[in-house]
Amino acid sequence: MIGFIAQTGRLFIRLCSFIGELIVFCFRVFANILTPPFFMRAFFSSLLQIGWLSLPVVGITSFFTGAALALQIYAGGARFNAEEVVPSIVAIGMVRELGPVLGGLMVAARVASSIAAEIGTMKVTEQIDALSTLSTDPIKYLVVPRLVAAFLTVPVLVGIGDSIGILGGYVVGVTRLEFNNSIYIINSVNYLEFWDILSGLIKGAVFGCIIALMGCFFGMRCEKGARGVGQATKSAVVSASVLILAANYFLTEIFFSS
Amino acid sequence: MIEVSDLYKSFDQNHVLKGVNLKVHDGKSMVIIGASGQGKSVILKCLLGLSKPNSGKILLNGIDPNGAQKSIIRSKVGMLFQGGALFDSLPIWQNVAFRYLHGKQKINADEAKKIAIEKLERVGLKKSFADNFPSELSGGMQKRVALARAIATQPEIIFFDEPTTGLDPIMAQVINDLIRELVVELGVTAVTITHDIQSVRSIADEVSLLHNGIIQWSGILDQLDKSNNEYLKQFIAGSTFGPIETLR
Repeated sequence: MIGFIAQTGRLFIRLCSFIGELIVFCFRVFANILTPPFFMRAFFSSLLQIGWLSLPVVGITSFFTGAALALQIYAGGARFNAEEVVPSIVAIGMVRELGPVLGGLMVAARVASSIAAEIGTMKVTEQIDALSTLSTDPIKYLVVPRLVAAFLTVPVLVGIGDSIGILGGYVVGVTRLEFNNSIYIINSVNYLEFWDILSGLIKGAVFGCIIALMGCFFGMRCEKGARGVGQATKSAVVSASVLILAANYFLTEIFFSS
Repeated sequence: MIEVSDLYKSFDQNHVLKGVNLKVHDGKSMVIIGASGQGKSVILKCLLGLSKPNSGKILLNGIDPNGAQKSIIRSKVGMLFQGGALFDSLPIWQNVAFRYLHGKQKINADEAKKIAIEKLERVGLKKSFADNFPSELSGGMQKRVALARAIATQPEIIFFDEPTTGLDPIMAQVINDLIRELVVELGVTAVTITHDIQSVRSIADEVSLLHNGIIQWSGILDQLDKSNNEYLKQFIAGSTFGPIETLR
């Protein structure tokens, strides 16, 4: 019994220490965003890595999600003769929920893992120590450009993913479900409000911050060896994914609970 | 001058440094030797301000590397890491001229490249390597690039962490000679950690042996083979019998 309590206590202390470490890390990152020097080359390289190169995976995921959503809503709506809601539900579902969440999860899988592996490898090969000895703050050089790039590009990816998802629904609606193509477009647009789109983009920005912070945090605390890098990569992806889903719930609660 | 007094450093229950005292005079080359796992790298990390000691005092030219003025002293320090620690994503010349491309010492990129090429040539690398990436070079060449980076901004103090690890004996001697030449030519204060006796004989003015968390012996190079210190004798002979415990 005492052993169990001691074990629980140790786990609790470790959890508190981890949360404290994460808070200090986030504080250091945000404190460094607005103060020079700014590493513009690293920033543009991150824009390319996080934004442009994630476009195919986000686009393909969104297209098939929109297409499957159209089929599901059509099948479900048919139970109470509400098949005509397919275009509007696909559009609202994509921009409010599925676009940001699936886009965020796909970017988390691609980007958080790559950031954690890259920074983790730099840590174990002493490149991060080398940066410090060269009078360069690793937070400023490695973390800030990635965070800002993710904050700016993930909403753009979400916006593009939303459009491609709606297109997926349209293709299935018109070719498989025999919707009239102009009625489908009109119904998609008419029921969509500006706030639906904006809320999804705000979620994207928050998810972008989560992805970059988790990738960098676990990369920076990576332990030695290949196992350490593997562990950091896994932890970054798992925590980014879980935090995205949790943040999604709380943001939905804030945006739409009334 | 480098002064270390009563330096203690622990990692949880593992007491690595238990009161290290060192003094390296200006322009001298100190080599710290010792068996693996005795805390040689930990001393270096404390000297560089990368790891905070539990207690004790470190002064590099009168400045505490862990204190408020650490950015001043870092701009005067060069470091050669064990594995080179070159930035994989940057070409060789940008690695060498890193300080000239970022931060307070920033200059025009063309000028920075010119200086990088000069430094590369000083360590025996041709100009044509400047645009290559570190992964395209051999281990010996990477060490030379790391050496060029360490001397790029005319430092007052240079630290060398196991400079010949992973190199064949001939290349190791080339690097040792190069380090000695640069230390004399630039007039810098140098601290090298190694367990390679050949490096000690090539690089050192003074030698200190670290074992069990303290400096067991310290003296000038000429006294190395004359000393009766049991730890030193065992270390130089590479013997498994003596006060330094070995696992067999």
